Amino acid sequence: MELSTFFQQLTNALSLGSLYALIAIGYTMVYGILRLINFAHGDVFMLGAYFAFYAVTALAMPWWIAFVVALGLTAAFGMGLERVAYRPLRDSPKISVMISAIGASFLIENVGIVLFGGRPKSFPSIPLFDTVVHFGSVSMLSVSLFIPVITAVVLAVLLWIVHGTKTGLAMRAVSTDLDAARLMAIDVNKTISLTFGIGSLLAGVGGIMWTMKYPQLNPLMGVMPGLKCFIAAVIGGIGNIQGAVLGGFLLGIIEIMIVAFLPELTGYRDAFAFVLLIIVLLVKPAGLLGKNQTVKV
Amino acid sequence: MKRNTVLTIAGLLVFVTAVGLADAVLGRFTVRILNLSAIYIILALSLNLLNGFTGLFSLGHAGFMAVGAYVSALLTMSPTQKEMNFFLEPIVPILAKIQLPFPIALIIAGLCAALAAVLIGVPALRLRDDYLAIATLGFAEIIRVIITNIQSVSNGAQGLKAIPKFSTTWVVWICAAIAVVFMLALVRSSYGRTMKAVRDDEIAAEAMGIDVFKVKSTSFVISSFMAGIGGALLGHLITTIDPKMFTLMLTFNILLIVVLGGNGSITGSVLGAIIVTVLMEALRFLDMPMNLLFFKTNGLPGLRMVIFSILLMIVVLYRQRGLMGNKEFSWDGVLGIFRRNKSAGNGGRP
Repeated sequence: MELSTFFQQLTNALSLGSLYALIAIGYTMVYGILRLINFAHGDVFMLGAYFAFYAVTALAMPWWIAFVVALGLTAAFGMGLERVAYRPLRDSPKISVMISAIGASFLIENVGIVLFGGRPKSFPSIPLFDTVVHFGSVSMLSVSLFIPVITAVVLAVLLWIVHGTKTGLAMRAVSTDLDAARLMAIDVNKTISLTFGIGSLLAGVGGIMWTMKYPQLNPLMGVMPGLKCFIAAVIGGIGNIQGAVLGGFLLGIIEIMIVAFLPELTGYRDAFAFVLLIIVLLVKPAGLLGKNQTVKV
Repeated sequence: MKRNTVLTIAGLLVFVTAVGLADAVLGRFTVRILNLSAIYIILALSLNLLNGFTGLFSLGHAGFMAVGAYVSALLTMSPTQKEMNFFLEPIVPILAKIQLPFPIALIIAGLCAALAAVLIGVPALRLRDDYLAIATLGFAEIIRVIITNIQSVSNGAQGLKAIPKFSTTWVVWICAAIAVVFMLALVRSSYGRTMKAVRDDEIAAEAMGIDVFKVKSTSFVISSFMAGIGGALLGHLITTIDPKMFTLMLTFNILLIVVLGGNGSITGSVLGAIIVTVLMEALRFLDMPMNLLFFKTNGLPGLRMVIFSILLMIVVLYRQRGLMGNKEFSWDGVLGIFRRNKSAGNGGRP
């Protein structure tokens, strides 16, 4: 392979990895706090993209206002979802909560199909993201450069929130021990709600960036990225934000590079993540950066 | 003879007559829906065995169904039909000539699904709860991706068409009846009890000397065998299969039946399967153009699934036990209801 093709693939891998990382963080934060796979997270990602789409097309907003509005809506939706589908089941058996999550996911997808139509829509072109940039013989869409940068900024803000503010302290407390945190006068419900809000916001950023890079929207677009990003979170060590980022990048790079180097495996692309997941779960069940926990009887 | 035995025999006679007369009396469309619900009974029971009786949350059912459906279809199609199907790439020579009688193919289909379950269960069953769910989901997805890609065996994304229509009313309902009887016997046996023990408290079960891993894998393999049979029957009923059929959506439908009927209730799964399948068809009008009093919708495909998703959410949020909870049908129970009503009718006196 030529060096220029390699760099081309590397930028693709990095931007895909960044997108995976952004979505994986949402999974990991929710799992860290509630020990729950938020199956609907991929659909929140899809909604983020659609909100932006309708704000730009139907409401004719300038794109940057549209994006802010879409992100706000996505975060609010995530908080609402927690209120309706997860909060009533907080003391229920795990299987019930998981079924509720799956139900919520299918509900959002099907409402999406009814409201948005099953036919794919294409996002109108935004010049800032759509220009082709040349570096020597490597040419790429500008959005592929924006994505890693935006991800880095978002990540820095997130780490500051989690490790540098009182709210973040509350989040970490709730994720360590929910009941003890309540006894320490932490508003558990508010903290959980906020966690969902932040996670959904990141999914929204991911969704909008995703449609900038792959400008096709359909109501089921969140299913595969959702599953893969959950896998990324597990690979990195679920409950651990740095782990989710690592897992996301790892998955993005592996996916692009295997297809680039072994084109005959292209058809199996969607299976890589699952194979990787199973290997990691068998070798290091707590994930790459996770801590092994012994269960006391 | 005891009263309950008489009632059971009477019930069986009614069942046999109903199945025997169904083709003659009911329209083709109705019969097809009823047969579909028989297949869903088998599938729901097999998922319930895992989910309700062993406490293993698996989302891999569609994968095992796919294995069963493809194996049975490939073993029963005639060489000419195969040639017509495989126009992009010829079928592998071993499969091209082979054609087995339907019952043997059906059993082999189940065994292949069970074999897949053995291979998958060994690594996956070491995981718990949500990890198990996501790993089984992953395996199902891998199976689907493989089927899509092995063009010369499965005909890839084109799928298989003109599968012989062996799933007649008798076949599917006898299979469903066998499944029900088998499950009843299983959950009452000592095997069934160990499964429930593992479900209720894994650590306690282990302390009592139960080989937890063995119980889990037995349950997983049996369940997959049934799923394979169900998938094969489904293929022979609708006569076309393709990899897109066997997504998480299919597993979700079965899960809906199990949860709606009651996790851990055989009666619940049977009732749930019939109710959900019939409702799925009955609500088909929702996807069609409608003319309501004030506004006109021009066909909203997907509205039906919205209703079902909402139904599932309501059941999970407000009535977690589902229709039956973990109770089973019994003649005493049914007669008890009538008696209670009667005694209520005459002022509560017995």
